[in-house]
Amino acid sequence: MLRFSTPKVIAILAAILLGVVVALPNLLSADQRALLRSALPSWVPTQAVTLGLDLQGGSHVLLEVDVNDLIRSQVTQLRDDVRRILRETRASLQGGIQIVNRGVQLRVADAEDRGRLLPRLRELSQPLSSPVLGQTGVRNLDVTDTPDGLIQLTFTPEGVTDRVRRAAEQAIEVIRRRVDALGTTEPNIQRQGADRILVQVPGLQDPQRLKDILGQTAKLEFRMLADNASGDVDQLPSRDAGGQRVPVERRVIVGGEDLTDSQPGFDQRTNEPIVTFRFNLRGAQRFGQATTENVGRPLAIVLDQEVISAPRIQTPITGGSGQISGRFTVEQANNLAILLRAGALPAKLTIVEERTVGPGLGADSIRAGAVASIIGFLLVVAFMIAAYGFFGVIATVALLANIVLIFALLSALGATLTLPGIAGIVLTVGMAVDSNVLIYERIREEGRVGRSAASALDAGFARALTTIIDANLTTLIAGAVLFFLGTGPVKGFAVTLSLGIITTIFTAYTLTRLMVATWFKVARPKRLAI
Amino acid sequence: MWLVRYIPEETGFGFMRGRLFAFPFSALLSILAVALFFAWGMNFGIDFKGGTLVELQARQGQVNVADIRERATALGLGGIEVQEFGGGRDASLRVELQPGGDQAQQGVVGRLRESFERDYEFRRVEVVGPRVSGELVQSGTLGVVLAILSVLVYLWFRFEWQFAVGAVVATLHDLVLTIGFFAITQIEFDMTSIAAILTILGYSLNDTVVVYDRIRETLRKYKRMTIYELIDLAVNQTLSRTILTGVTTFLALIALAIFGSEVIKGFAYAMLFGLVVGTYSSVFIAAPMLIYLGLRTTPSADAVAAPGKTPQAAE
Repeated sequence: MLRFSTPKVIAILAAILLGVVVALPNLLSADQRALLRSALPSWVPTQAVTLGLDLQGGSHVLLEVDVNDLIRSQVTQLRDDVRRILRETRASLQGGIQIVNRGVQLRVADAEDRGRLLPRLRELSQPLSSPVLGQTGVRNLDVTDTPDGLIQLTFTPEGVTDRVRRAAEQAIEVIRRRVDALGTTEPNIQRQGADRILVQVPGLQDPQRLKDILGQTAKLEFRMLADNASGDVDQLPSRDAGGQRVPVERRVIVGGEDLTDSQPGFDQRTNEPIVTFRFNLRGAQRFGQATTENVGRPLAIVLDQEVISAPRIQTPITGGSGQISGRFTVEQANNLAILLRAGALPAKLTIVEERTVGPGLGADSIRAGAVASIIGFLLVVAFMIAAYGFFGVIATVALLANIVLIFALLSALGATLTLPGIAGIVLTVGMAVDSNVLIYERIREEGRVGRSAASALDAGFARALTTIIDANLTTLIAGAVLFFLGTGPVKGFAVTLSLGIITTIFTAYTLTRLMVATWFKVARPKRLAI
Repeated sequence: MWLVRYIPEETGFGFMRGRLFAFPFSALLSILAVALFFAWGMNFGIDFKGGTLVELQARQGQVNVADIRERATALGLGGIEVQEFGGGRDASLRVELQPGGDQAQQGVVGRLRESFERDYEFRRVEVVGPRVSGELVQSGTLGVVLAILSVLVYLWFRFEWQFAVGAVVATLHDLVLTIGFFAITQIEFDMTSIAAILTILGYSLNDTVVVYDRIRETLRKYKRMTIYELIDLAVNQTLSRTILTGVTTFLALIALAIFGSEVIKGFAYAMLFGLVVGTYSSVFIAAPMLIYLGLRTTPSADAVAAPGKTPQAAE
């Protein structure tokens, strides 16, 4: 157990040295690291440990795609498609198109009409493909008909799931554009599960603005205000009318997707905050045509099912640009411009979790964590040296190497250090010396039964190491479970705890053993002072 | 020799006799813990109950808890809880889950800001909706159960099944007592506490495994010894390690409990308790448990002691 070949010694020392080099950037400030990065070749590690939001301050917002809202808009879309097909096939309908749970139903009594209609309706049903399995044979829409003429179109559960997944993906893109427009540094936006999106923005003091721009669908539509409540109209609340509902034609002239740009500004006459916009070619043509045909009638600018303003069309607007006024504050105008530029969300998002830590608290937490770590370290070291003398010093060196290796691994893996993560490191400090204690106690024992110094060391190491593995693996299992089930900060704890166990086993096997072996070779003691 | 001997070199405590006291004692404590859990309940944090938590720091001078309570109550947000910490400059304010699903929680922070922003800095804001908190309860419970099961399987492979069962019984003992600790102290129970519990389990298992390892070794070495003497011997041999490691971990945790930030303190207290319980259970529960599980009861029946595997050569 105490013999090391030269290559092994070199390998052990190289591993520790590598750990030191990788961990070193953590001692520098961010500016120094940036300087280093520009001066050194790219393979030199200059990465420091990423601090979690609880340490550097920032906002963590978990959003969920509102599935009901999504289904509702899907079903509305489906009803419009069915209506269009009915028109095109000239099938005669008995009653209207009813919206039922997750779909629509209609009754077409005439068998010949049904024969024309059904194949067209079936075209609405799309096969679903999965990124893993390819074509799955499952379709997103079930189309059924009964002999008495009842036709039902229902979205399949798989169809809904697929739509939710795609909505979440689209939403991520939109959110990224919106958050980028806030001008914050390094936001982290990722999908969680099928229907959730995690947005983490470091260093944000007041997350209200973030929540404001995340919570809005920002679906913009230009429609016409209807003359009366009959026919194809929606009753929508109007900002001009103080929230009262007004009839708006269901037909959308131009939607937000045809906008190419949008900026906040001020109305030249009234000095009121406004949002200006430009259409793309298609939008400009349609808008031009509609305003030409409807001069004198009021337009309805609808944002998220609310009429935010209803200006009367004075002259045809063919230039492809315009402005929206809606009794905005300056900030509301700014936000709306951002939202329109970024595009609409495919569905409403609900905030299901929010955690914000101010930068002051983060800095305090780091300071408290550092103080606790250093004091814990010193207490443990004092205790170990008192108990084991020179061997205590060896344990201290191993402990230092341990901490350096944890930081090196955290830096190299790009893992995040959280407040509970610091607790994990402090705990590792306490528990890492366990391996030394196990080894030393075993050596003492073997010495007591009358073995020579060499034989006691040898037997002590050999027997203690199997125990160390068994004992640490059980803790590692707990750590792994914590890692896979935990969220955020708790995950950070699992990471440092698990890494600490791995480095503990490593140093016990290599560095501690090497140091004891070297000392033995030099000192050649007859008896062990342990 | 100037080295400090914290523990005498060779001890001969009768741990096995101790079980006659330890088992009823532990049973009593466990029943007490369960009773307290149901009687007092735990102080669940917003992670599991949902709701809003803000940490306020007075912009000037000390926080005024009564004033905060009054102002928050005036907002009519239902149950609130105010607590002072950090030497009087900080306070935490917890608002219960608002009825009406995830959307309903969003208004709370805005209203709190309106009322408090002028006099207090918002150091931390956490809002957990009803669905997320439900899931956290699930994943927390699942985490503890899965951890215990996987350790059971691991120990079953590494040792004989009696060891696995004994370790899990000792672990459950620690788990129950720790829950009792949370019920008595009313320390806020949140996701960090789940981390504390899992670490306690990990530590206790670690300790138990070290003792078991030695029992297994002794089993192979002394085939004629009775199981009582044998376990006593093994526990005594590992005693100094058990205590030394306990102390070093204790020292590190004490530093966390005294100097750590508010969130970490609760964690450190729970861990300190778990450390004591875990160490106790390894010696007084896990080890004697093996007898009741029928690990070799007569000196001759040594077939259980892993045949084919000889003790490792010393050199």
